[in-house]
Amino acid sequence: MSGEINHLLEFLLRQGDNTLVLGHRTSEWCGVGPALEEDIALANTALDLIGQTQLWLGYAAEVEGKNRSANDLAFLRDPYDFRNVLMMEVPNEDFGRTLMRQFLFDAFQVPWLTELQNSTNQRVSEIAAKSLKEALYHLERSRETVIALGDGTEESNKRMQATLDYLWPYTGELFGEDTTDQAMSAQGIAPVPSTLKNAWKTLVSRAFSEAYLKAPESDFAHSGGRTGFRHTEHLGHMLATMQTLQRSYPGATW
Amino acid sequence: MVSEQTVTSAQIWDWLEAVPDPEIPVISVVDLGIIRYVDVDSELVKVTITPTYSGCPAMSVIAMDIETELSKRGVSNLQLETKIAPAWTTDWLSEKGRARLEEYGIAPPQAAGGPERCPHCQSVKVDKVSQFGSTPCKAQWRCQDCLEPFDYFKCI
Repeated sequence: MSGEINHLLEFLLRQGDNTLVLGHRTSEWCGVGPALEEDIALANTALDLIGQTQLWLGYAAEVEGKNRSANDLAFLRDPYDFRNVLMMEVPNEDFGRTLMRQFLFDAFQVPWLTELQNSTNQRVSEIAAKSLKEALYHLERSRETVIALGDGTEESNKRMQATLDYLWPYTGELFGEDTTDQAMSAQGIAPVPSTLKNAWKTLVSRAFSEAYLKAPESDFAHSGGRTGFRHTEHLGHMLATMQTLQRSYPGATW
Repeated sequence: MVSEQTVTSAQIWDWLEAVPDPEIPVISVVDLGIIRYVDVDSELVKVTITPTYSGCPAMSVIAMDIETELSKRGVSNLQLETKIAPAWTTDWLSEKGRARLEEYGIAPPQAAGGPERCPHCQSVKVDKVSQFGSTPCKAQWRCQDCLEPFDYFKCI
């Protein structure tokens, strides 16, 4: 396998694993959302993310060339094979953290997918264009909800500030730059994510000022997810639940 | 039964009109705008569909319904392809489809981003309840006059 193919595969796994892990986390709300409308919104968001995962991991499986499918990649890989950023895998905690994480991710995903539409790789550009429509819609809701909760009661503001403080150190990993990012950029497949940091910061800062929230100043960033070097302990637990059926009954279908 | 040599793409389009959207049965898959191409090449009938939302669970049912309908009409050599680009847009809903949605109680999509009026009483005083609804393609709204809740077909 040439180095070039490896980088494309890594890149595709990063895209698909972000949407897969966030999609699964979001689906954990199904049936227990704080209100019927929010429950439905969370389930629909999860569904969009899993749909996008099928596109990214489907292409990743083709590029890998080992006769595996998107399902095989989702259900039969171990935690260290996953390439999602760590922010996706931390537990939902409460509705506030779930929506704050969604917003921090959506605010990255919208400019990111917008750029990927111009990818020299036609498949990447097609998947990005399809996903962008959904991401724009998600951003509209996550942004509104973060503002409503920040600018809500004293209690909701306090909890949103605490969740922002908790999640902030996880956002830096979205803007990583390594040999895969450089290879994708050199081939015109994707820009280096760090180039989007200013656009992202402007977008989130504007919402935080409307929400009476303050982003921490520290640039410290947890990392290790998108390279697979070190995931948090949460991913293994999440996958144990998500993968149990395929692990216990390999090849089961219905 | 029709001999496959005589099948035209126009006929296939006609037959597909009989395949309803499984979640909104008043409109056909053709009205929904998800049938992109029909190619007939001697014995092979190729139908290209595009998903509405990337994770829409109705897509596999739609593919099955298309196969069932066309095989009932005698098409045995069918190739169904999924194409995601250009991405589906609500602009592809047919005029007939839009009218049927409204009759059924679902407000059709509007570029302005919200329903034009209540599909039950036609009042223009409507409120958004939630950006999401009973299927990926709909949102929940309500009418301030007749007080009925209704689905709005999201505009994308």
